[in-house]
Amino acid sequence: MLINQFLLLGAALFALGVYGVLTRRNAVMVLLSVELMLAAVNINFVAFDRLIGDELAGGQIFALFIIAVAAAEVGIGLAIILLIFRNRRSANVDELDLLKL
Amino acid sequence: MVVGDLDLASGIWHLASRHGGARVTAETVVFVIFAVVSVAGGLVMIGARNPVYSAMGLLMTMFSMAVFYVLNDAHFVAAVQVIIYAGAVMTLFLFVIMLIGVDRDEDRTEQIPFQRPLALVLGAGFLALVLIAARAAWVTGYGLFSGGEVNGTIENVADELFGTWLIPFQATVLLLTIAAVGTIALAQFAPRARGSAEGSGVSE
Repeated sequence: MLINQFLLLGAALFALGVYGVLTRRNAVMVLLSVELMLAAVNINFVAFDRLIGDELAGGQIFALFIIAVAAAEVGIGLAIILLIFRNRRSANVDELDLLKL
Repeated sequence: MVVGDLDLASGIWHLASRHGGARVTAETVVFVIFAVVSVAGGLVMIGARNPVYSAMGLLMTMFSMAVFYVLNDAHFVAAVQVIIYAGAVMTLFLFVIMLIGVDRDEDRTEQIPFQRPLALVLGAGFLALVLIAARAAWVTGYGLFSGGEVNGTIENVADELFGTWLIPFQATVLLLTIAAVGTIALAQFAPRARGSAEGSGVSE
């Protein structure tokens, strides 16, 4: 068992997430892609945790922290998306150009 | 994308046969199966036109990630992954997708003309760099399942979480509280603020 396979898989999933963030227009889809990127990073944390046999279980704890932060981010993000949809009848990120001069 | 997937899988097989001799372990077989499943889930997620299918693709990826955590002895993280991510978070996503409506199609055209070829070139470059870097240093890490002590049991994780990592843990608690309060505030006060900003012409 090697660690490279997990790192390569994490890189592939992270790249898929970046592609989703950059190409999808629906704000919910953008958030889903961000979730995929966070989960891909989690694979690296857990794999390195086992590689170095961490006494402090640092990789696993940080994976737990990332999961908690992702849950908070999803709660806030989806609430914002719902408000935007309620106000503008659209969740298209290209139409959100209020800051554009 | 599909080509990259095949490359990854064949690279893993090559790796297993080179370092493990003829024995392809059960771990490797499990990994390859679920790597294909997770990458397929990711492809479904970014490719599907219907947002519900996208959410289902991500759900597939999340479940196979729990398998990867178990392969790395992180049993508790795997359980949390299934319960929090695949359970709570994806349900929230599905709720919002249903609320927003799934019937409208997304516009997939690009507005910057040279963006797509440039993205393809950069993506291929990234893949090449990752593969070169991986070939330069195949880290031969841990051995097979030792069958002995597992590092990721609830007891071990809790010992460290409530001992060494207590301050970060409490910061996370604070963050989650702020997020919950913020979500409630967004749901509660926004219509009133909008009503005062736009006048009383809009009725909820």
